[in-house]
Amino acid sequence: MPLPAPQPQVRVVTLKIDGQDVSAREDETIIEVARENRVPIPSLCYLEGLSVWGACRLCVVEIAGTDRLLAACSTRVTEGMQVITNSERLQRYRRTIVELLFAERNHVCSVCVSNGHCELQTLAQRCGVDHVKVPYRHARYEVDSSHDLFRLDHNRCVLCTRCVRVCDEIEGAHTWDVMGRGTDCRVITDLARPWGDSGSCTSCGKCVQVCPTGALVRHGTSVGEMTKDLKFLPYLSRRRHGQ
Amino acid sequence: MSANDRVSVATAWLDGCSGCHMSFLDMDERLIALADKIDIVYSPLVDAKELPEQVDVGIIEGSVSSEEDLHKAQLLRKHCRLLISLGDCAVNGNVPAMRNQFKLDAVFDRAYRENVSFQPQRPTQGVPALLERVRPVHGVVAVDVFVPGCPPSADAIWYVLSELIEGRIPDPSQVTKFGA
Repeated sequence: MPLPAPQPQVRVVTLKIDGQDVSAREDETIIEVARENRVPIPSLCYLEGLSVWGACRLCVVEIAGTDRLLAACSTRVTEGMQVITNSERLQRYRRTIVELLFAERNHVCSVCVSNGHCELQTLAQRCGVDHVKVPYRHARYEVDSSHDLFRLDHNRCVLCTRCVRVCDEIEGAHTWDVMGRGTDCRVITDLARPWGDSGSCTSCGKCVQVCPTGALVRHGTSVGEMTKDLKFLPYLSRRRHGQ
Repeated sequence: MSANDRVSVATAWLDGCSGCHMSFLDMDERLIALADKIDIVYSPLVDAKELPEQVDVGIIEGSVSSEEDLHKAQLLRKHCRLLISLGDCAVNGNVPAMRNQFKLDAVFDRAYRENVSFQPQRPTQGVPALLERVRPVHGVVAVDVFVPGCPPSADAIWYVLSELIEGRIPDPSQVTKFGA
């Protein structure tokens, strides 16, 4: 009978989130602890079960003792930490981030298959973005409908890279990646070949399920019909860590 | 407030489908209650041809796509104390602004030449000139209240007007969103 593996020593720390005393394991991040304690922090690229990316900056929080805003998804909790999640300044930054996302590409919610089931659309409403102050770019982006089952619409992509990470880390196919810089940055399949020609794609659809917007969708869906299911992700992640 | 203590309201229909005005009418029996509190002094819904000098609330549906749209937006801004962008076209450009990805010439060619078999020609007389780029209303004049939605529901419009009648500035994010 094998000896039980020694439990790694993980300390418990106490901290304050919005004035509320909470305790947490020291290997947890602020966003994990906040959500365990029902303190809502908006996020887009963060997804439980996937590696941390820290790109969207929507989850920025204020920490006492530093002027820098830190991403709650990529910052570990420490003893005595004092976190503010929803100040006037944070609300202003978050509104600006959401506005820039809407201005950069063509998210025309009214004619999107994900209308009513979109994380970006919901975020805009929760953050109080009722209009976009910066000018819209109205640049042209491609749509790739070459796959038998799914469609990629770059107009609605926010470059959260959830698709890239779920394909690599959960499915193990690494069909997705990112190319280009700035406004030319886009997600690609294989070496920027049409998705339908991909030799590595297993057509599992995980990328479609984790996409927060209408960028990755099932074929044959009409306006508002594309609903997504993220339930399988934490489950797979727990199973993997439990091995 | 106007002399008879009722709120005067003007509405305009720019580049939109009229769905926001239909949603306004969709308030059904609440329109009767509303009629006791507001006067619609200028609108596609009424017969008045002239915008009065001073109006309490202006409501604009549709994006700014032509010179006439631009003129109307400026006119309402000038004569209305408070201006509301009603619906996604007015708030963010929505479907009308999808043509901004193309040059105006290409849009004209597509609409009036490529798909026309009999006397293809660009209309020039009796129609307002199109602007090179479609803009939301706040892209050309200052807007005070934004009510997104395609269209905003009758409940959302009712909430916004009720708040204004009570002298409060509404927060439409509570009741509507882009695309809603």
